[in-house]
Amino acid sequence: MAETVALQLTAKDFKSDQEVRWCPGCGDYSILAAMQRFMPELGIPREKIVFVSGIGCSSRFPYYMNTYGMHSIHGRAPAIATGLSTSRPDLNVWVVTGDGDALSIGGNHLIHALRRNVNLKILLFNNRIYGLTKGQYSPTSELGKITKSTPTGSADTPFNPLSLALGAEATFVARTIDSDAKHLQSVLRAAAEHRGSAFVEIYQNCNIFNDGAFDLIKDPSTREAHLIRLEQGQPITVGNLNVVHPEGSFGLKVQEGGTPIVHDATVDDPAYAFALSRLSGSDLNTTPIGVFRNVQRPSYDEIVRKQVLDAQAQATGAPEEMLGDLLNSGDTWTIL
Amino acid sequence: MAAPAKRVEQLDRVVIRFAGDSGDGMQLTGDRFTSETAQLGNDISTLPNFPAEIRAPAGTLPGVSSFQVHFADYDILTPGDAPNVLVAMNPAALKANLADLPAGADIIVNTDEFTRRNLTKVGYTVSPLEDGSLDEFAVHPVALTSLTLGALAESGVSKKDGERAKNMFALGLLSWMYSRPYESTLRFLERKFAKRPDLVAANKEAFRAGWNYGETTEAFSVRYEIKPAKMLPGTYRNITGNQALALGLVAAAVRSKLPLFLGAYPITPASDILHELSKHKRFGVTTMQAEDEIAAIGAALGAAYGGALGVTTTSGPGVALKGETISLAIALELPLVVVDVQRAGPSTGMPTKTEQADLNMALFGRHGEAPLAVIAPKSPSDCFHAALEAARIALTYRTPVILLSDNYVANGSEPWLLPSVDELPDLRVPFATEANTEDGRFLPYLRDPETMARPWAVPGTPGLEHRIGGLEKADKTGDISYDPANHEFMVRTRQARIDAIPVPDVDVEDPSEAASVLVLGWGSTYGPIGAACRSLRQRGLTIAQAHLRHLSPLPANLGEVLAGYDKVVIPEMNLGQLAAVIRSRYLVDAVPFNQVSGLPFTAATLESMLEDVVKNG
Repeated sequence: MAETVALQLTAKDFKSDQEVRWCPGCGDYSILAAMQRFMPELGIPREKIVFVSGIGCSSRFPYYMNTYGMHSIHGRAPAIATGLSTSRPDLNVWVVTGDGDALSIGGNHLIHALRRNVNLKILLFNNRIYGLTKGQYSPTSELGKITKSTPTGSADTPFNPLSLALGAEATFVARTIDSDAKHLQSVLRAAAEHRGSAFVEIYQNCNIFNDGAFDLIKDPSTREAHLIRLEQGQPITVGNLNVVHPEGSFGLKVQEGGTPIVHDATVDDPAYAFALSRLSGSDLNTTPIGVFRNVQRPSYDEIVRKQVLDAQAQATGAPEEMLGDLLNSGDTWTIL
Repeated sequence: MAAPAKRVEQLDRVVIRFAGDSGDGMQLTGDRFTSETAQLGNDISTLPNFPAEIRAPAGTLPGVSSFQVHFADYDILTPGDAPNVLVAMNPAALKANLADLPAGADIIVNTDEFTRRNLTKVGYTVSPLEDGSLDEFAVHPVALTSLTLGALAESGVSKKDGERAKNMFALGLLSWMYSRPYESTLRFLERKFAKRPDLVAANKEAFRAGWNYGETTEAFSVRYEIKPAKMLPGTYRNITGNQALALGLVAAAVRSKLPLFLGAYPITPASDILHELSKHKRFGVTTMQAEDEIAAIGAALGAAYGGALGVTTTSGPGVALKGETISLAIALELPLVVVDVQRAGPSTGMPTKTEQADLNMALFGRHGEAPLAVIAPKSPSDCFHAALEAARIALTYRTPVILLSDNYVANGSEPWLLPSVDELPDLRVPFATEANTEDGRFLPYLRDPETMARPWAVPGTPGLEHRIGGLEKADKTGDISYDPANHEFMVRTRQARIDAIPVPDVDVEDPSEAASVLVLGWGSTYGPIGAACRSLRQRGLTIAQAHLRHLSPLPANLGEVLAGYDKVVIPEMNLGQLAAVIRSRYLVDAVPFNQVSGLPFTAATLESMLEDVVKNG
């Protein structure tokens, strides 16, 4: 670069002129605020940042960020963002989605984006409910959930979003909570630094249709006994208990005593991160937050662009000339 | 090659159909014969016809694959209605094609395959070669397989490889019969089997053996010549519609100076466009094989948002899945080319057969008022120009465009007079780079007064940061709006801007200038309609022909054209979809004529129908 212009951006620069229209008290406000505070840290000009979303409460997010943004259609944001990210390596592309958007109607696009490892940051706001359509159960709602569409209880087992992402070959998988601004920003930072697909599940409270869904790990009186903070290089513990790997077992276990395992998100074998993801179920009893997995693998967009660039580097002549040659290739004949 | 002198007859046109089992290499044989014929300067039109199954059980009727080539010393418009010559590689191929043959047609059969077992498989109790049922035809029994194996006895290739070369024996024989130049076929074999010199030698030998068999055996007493057609001067190549369409998209990328991004999911009969474009990365072409049809168009739209020429290619079932994203592109007012290579539906239908039944879906198949531009190519080579036109409309007017090809033009081929690159339209359009109001703001939905297109402000442009989406937008600002008057205005504006796209007037062909009947078509029916009209005119009848390339918007002069005739007939390979549009739009009592068999119209079918209309009203 010929010159480096120091960017002097603040959170305010990332606020758009649109009135924010989530319900008062919605967890989305704190995520938006954390994002706007975090963005200046990136040192990337606003015009190089794009937020792409699907449909749902969370998907209004792009309207409130003073960057480029597209509020697209239900479930398709990862597909649209894949086309954008692949054709525009200069952009910093974020996908904002929800549990219904990403895991129900858009499940296919999510898993394929992750397996391709497209350079995208995917933020899944998980409130375990359909908010915008006013309160039906979602693919992350706990089994037996009573909602408007399931008055006698939902009959389907929920997804564990992190287990799903890991199964889809994700290279970066993390979880954080809407109300913990500091943790949220630290996870966003790690995701932003990752080259490839970064998948972040954000537990988000819907105070209208599913209020208090994550209180067990938010309330100071219960939090310490149920929340596991994953820190790179640190032993994994919760309250007085340790997370251990029992001899002869496939998974991890929370127990008194034993030797806590030491967290390493860079372990290549996804079985480790998967075992971590299985520590919590719908009951949130022992819920890890932080970066579960952070490994490097070539990304789809890089590979595809390299193929195009290599072909272009070998090309001789102006495009018009090459086009003339292409049209005239094969068995031709001339009539005078 | 001294041989008994054979009589040489001059013909003006011939239709040959090569038919065999799916594994017999009939498509390749037909393709090579076509290429040899093109080299000679005849006009050509071809029609492949194959089952969707990759390898249906050998020797059965569903497994028959055929390739028809029509060539002549004048310009022709269709692959021909009835073959003059049928090459039948087995009993199934004979049985499946016999009904199409006129009396007197030549039938060359591979007698080696007429075994009891193979005959029984297709329901013959007695061999048709022996029971007199083929008496009205000129049957040439040839032991193609054993003659080929005999010719290759010394070659050292396995029996299996030897048998597989029998299609080259057949090609050699037909090439001799019709005096085709064969150098390009020998070169082709060298390329195709470059890694197996033994197969190059064996296939060349089989070809020569077939040629020599024709020359020396008394079974074939006549050799035919078809003089080159009088065609416009220039350089030609034979091309299929799918190839031409892919090249047209590459040309659009070059002429717009934009990277091309294709999102596609494999589907018959559109996949060849994906295959072809994936070879042309040096033109800045990125092809993405997406996880599904919806992702394919989503990625193309994402790339278009980022400033690429976004394209997605599919067939009818895929367009159905893409509907919601097409509507998003309409709301976002971004350029996007959606190629629908139509096939027989509904549902899976008949994937390798043709139909024009997606017109309603292209015009109306979306939720809300969702207008867009629709165009259709009329022939294989026209797919090139139609692709450029689709890209021009998409880029200039910032709209999705549906390009309605079909299996008939996609897999059919014809000689293509190669255009010169600098005569191709200049498709460059500017990106927005600065604010567009006097007070220095950027309004993403402030339109160009001439094109009614909104600015294409791609991410990465400083100062133009803005948000767009599927929610209704306020005029000019693009902000979310639920205002009733604004919605009414925006709905009407989206329609008005499509209606205002200038498209060329429709031409009417009526050499007599006295016709009272107009036949109106669109898309791939151009060939058979044109051939039928020519034939009627040669017989002294008058008829006018008009053919639509633009289905949305329709040409401005169409109403006036329709009003000039007593009767308007609309042949379509559907149940009257264009006819319904014309009737409702222009209040013209247009007469639909419909065929939905999965096969293209024959010129004879249309000629007889039109003759009736011209004579009896």
